[in-house]
Amino acid sequence: MKQPFERIVAEHGETVLRVCRVILGVHDAEDAWSETFLAAMRAYPDLPDDANAEAWLVTIAHRKAIDVVRARRRQPAPVGEIPEVPTALGVPGEGDGDLWQAVAALPDKQRQAVAYHYVAGLAYAEIAGILGGSTDAARRAAADGVRKLRKNYPGAGTEGAPS
Amino acid sequence: MNVSPDYFASPADAATLLRLRERLGLAAEAAGMLDVAYMTIDSPVGTLLLAATPKGLVRVAYAVEDHDRVLETLSRQISPRVLWAPKRLDMAARELDEYFGNKRRAFDLPLDLSLSRGFRQLVQRHLPEIGYGQTRTYGQLAELVGNPKAVRAVGTACATNPLPVVVPCHRVLKADGTSGGYVGGPAAKMALLRLEAST
Repeated sequence: MKQPFERIVAEHGETVLRVCRVILGVHDAEDAWSETFLAAMRAYPDLPDDANAEAWLVTIAHRKAIDVVRARRRQPAPVGEIPEVPTALGVPGEGDGDLWQAVAALPDKQRQAVAYHYVAGLAYAEIAGILGGSTDAARRAAADGVRKLRKNYPGAGTEGAPS
Repeated sequence: MNVSPDYFASPADAATLLRLRERLGLAAEAAGMLDVAYMTIDSPVGTLLLAATPKGLVRVAYAVEDHDRVLETLSRQISPRVLWAPKRLDMAARELDEYFGNKRRAFDLPLDLSLSRGFRQLVQRHLPEIGYGQTRTYGQLAELVGNPKAVRAVGTACATNPLPVVVPCHRVLKADGTSGGYVGGPAAKMALLRLEAST
């Protein structure tokens, strides 16, 4: 039996938000989240009952994030006219701006592989399906990304969950 | 591995997600995809789940019915596109609030009776004819729908009313004056009858 779509939102909404945040930064993450769940709701009646909902959502989020980036490039911000604002990366209320800088500095593939494996918990084979390329390439991209994060943001290399 | 998803969490996530879910409900409505909208409200007879299709209010459910199971049934019987989207339930929630506050005696809401069929739906269509504060027996209701022998079927129709409170099956009692069964439990039925007797 197909569960109510609301349960998909409740179970995976937070993970998809974090994934979008890693891929796009805090500001654009909300638009990508909205586009992702709206597209998912449209397609939901046709999703096989036994599908991996999280992998399905991350696949949609990956495409929507690309759309958001393209739309942003088509409408370049009038940089000279807007007031100086803090970076859109970084989470309000948390002193971890450095982590977001480090994440934003990763090449796209590495940042995506890190998000899909470490945040969404997808297997490398699933990530390869989303990014294209081989499972090994996905594994390497995630490993390279994490190595760079540890170097540039030492807090990410400590044992256990942060307090 | 040591890179935890929690690194990308934020203390503001709960508030952000709430806002995003409200936005999703509005966007789904605008896109014509909101097949079933629902919300829950607190009431003197416990938490009530309200669900509506584009046609109207389709389900009112007591907590004892298990709201998770109610949503699963709506997903199966109507559409899996079920979303928490309180906007569509604004009017229903307000009218129920007025009813429980002794400020409303009849509901004026578009209803979607598609969860019932045939004789059950016929009985449920007639239930609002029993006015606020009045009661009828199952036998009287059977006469009212023009089928005086169908007392048992009328009882089943009341017991399977998908819109309790709004469609007043609580105003139907057994012939001996005892309350008879109720989807929300006998205490809820008595509470509604007491509420209506107090105005």
